[in-house]
Amino acid sequence: MTDRAVEILYVEDDIADVELTMLALQASGVANRIQVARDGVEALDYLFCRGKHVDRDFSIPKVVLLDLKLPKVSGLEVLQAIRNDPRTRMLPVVILTSSREQRDLVDSYKLGVNSFIQKPVDFEQFSQTIRQLGFYWLLVNEVPSPGANEL
Amino acid sequence: MIVSGAALLLAGAAFLVYDLVTFRETMASSLSIQAEIIGSGSVSALEFDDTRSAKATLSALKASPSILSAAIYTSDHRSFADYTRDPEHRMPLPPEIPAGKTEVQSFQDEHLILGKAIPFQGKTAGFIYIESDLTELNDRLTHYAGIVAGILVVSLLAALLISSLSKRAISTPVIHLAEMVRVVSREKNYSLRATAINSRSELAELIDAFNEMLSQIQERDGALEKARDELEHRVAERTAELAAVNKELEAFSYSVSHDLRAPLRHIDGFSLILAQKYGPALDAPAQQYLKRIRDGARHMGQLVDDLLGMAQIGRQEVVRKSVDLHALVKDAVRDLQSEWDGRRIEWKIGALPVLSCDPNLMKIAIVNLLSNAVKYTRKCEDAVIEADHFQQAGQTVIFIRDNGAGFEQEYAHKLFGVFQRLHRSEDFEGTGVGLATVQRIIQKHGGRIWAEGKVDEGAVFFFTLGAHDRQSGRDSLR
Repeated sequence: MTDRAVEILYVEDDIADVELTMLALQASGVANRIQVARDGVEALDYLFCRGKHVDRDFSIPKVVLLDLKLPKVSGLEVLQAIRNDPRTRMLPVVILTSSREQRDLVDSYKLGVNSFIQKPVDFEQFSQTIRQLGFYWLLVNEVPSPGANEL
Repeated sequence: MIVSGAALLLAGAAFLVYDLVTFRETMASSLSIQAEIIGSGSVSALEFDDTRSAKATLSALKASPSILSAAIYTSDHRSFADYTRDPEHRMPLPPEIPAGKTEVQSFQDEHLILGKAIPFQGKTAGFIYIESDLTELNDRLTHYAGIVAGILVVSLLAALLISSLSKRAISTPVIHLAEMVRVVSREKNYSLRATAINSRSELAELIDAFNEMLSQIQERDGALEKARDELEHRVAERTAELAAVNKELEAFSYSVSHDLRAPLRHIDGFSLILAQKYGPALDAPAQQYLKRIRDGARHMGQLVDDLLGMAQIGRQEVVRKSVDLHALVKDAVRDLQSEWDGRRIEWKIGALPVLSCDPNLMKIAIVNLLSNAVKYTRKCEDAVIEADHFQQAGQTVIFIRDNGAGFEQEYAHKLFGVFQRLHRSEDFEGTGVGLATVQRIIQKHGGRIWAEGKVDEGAVFFFTLGAHDRQSGRDSLR
């Protein structure tokens, strides 16, 4: 990783999904700076500069793309940890999952998710969704500048 | 007690009266015989006017202590001779013998006077009168009365004793038993027992039988309670089992939802990338195979989605509301617009009623049925899709009719099975889940669904919503 700020933290355990998503994102040209975490622990380590990311200067990405079913620490637990920490409380989190269970939707929104997207099986639809996602969260959406949450 | 006393008294009195009468008769007849004997002994004395001899004959009466006095009169009623036991005693005036009779009896206070004619050679030679004392009779009467009174007292005492004994042996246990029956039936307490009595009477048997009956009721109650407890236990067990199975099913469908879709997406994604990046290098059959792979992945994705949808509907509870079916069908037609864009379809939507049903589930069912109609009329030039209703056996039957591809009536029963299809997917795409879902929705409402069809002429799907459907005003206005 370069010193340039990471725009997307992408948390996904499935390597094929990672590859497909990266292809879609790169094809859309909206994002090049993507950090991939392969489980919940890695995602939290990265965000809060712990473990192998202990030397990283703290900075928050523009958006977190989060899968629900993850090894060790689940997506919902990651979401909860993000919302519990004042530094990341306002960080936009998008759930990107295969699930279409109502229970997952309800739980995610209860924990303060910003968006819930079900990955379509059709790759063309999937690519389009990813493109729109990158476009919206990186270019359209505005977030409070760092330090603004102390106001 | 009173009855037996009275009966005893009456019997005693009757006996007394009978005895008195008999004794008087016996007395009179014995007096009559004595008078006869004295009379015949005095005939010669009367004939020869021998008073002394007559007196001597009369004095023979001394032997009978009850005879107080006696007198002989001549045939012309002159006193001829007399006898008195006590010289002080005077014989009362004798009664006259009525004409035509030879004897007269007269009971006076304490005396009996018997008069008799003395016959001699067909004539009356004179008359004899004997006065007898009734003391013997009175003594006898007093004696008898005493005996009767004694018997009465003794038997009354005996009756009293017997009745008190019988009260102790019969009445008390019967009253106790009756009270016990009342208590048992009032309190429904079958653990109570009547006090057993120490005898071999019918009453003891009755009490034993009653107690036995109580024991049996108590036993049966116990058995019933045990059976009920067991049943409750079993229901609780089954409920827990069902809950566990349900949870497993939920976990299964969750896992299907999440885990089965990811590999499908990979198959589709990578085959598409392959086609895009290396397509030009591949020959036509290779490209066709790639397309087949993608079609397969997408079809399976659809299957998974439909199955999950159906499972979700299966878990969902029916929340009934008054639903305007007419508006619902119009909405559904609008929702399906994209499926029939560019085609000409004549929609005939009748004045459908307001029914009591779950609006969300009913919408899914109607959309499925209309979507089918749109799909299977695809090859028709003048497609007509009709939605209406009629009344049958007190129920509202809703139907959706099309003039599309139809089906063979022979296989109508297979239409509603999961994954069952009557058309090839090259002709009409589909997963075979739609009608199964519709059937599940209708059945959850307590209704029934059936279909009629003819190849190339069309199909009609009918359904009812069970006994719960409420007729609307609109229906009656028509």
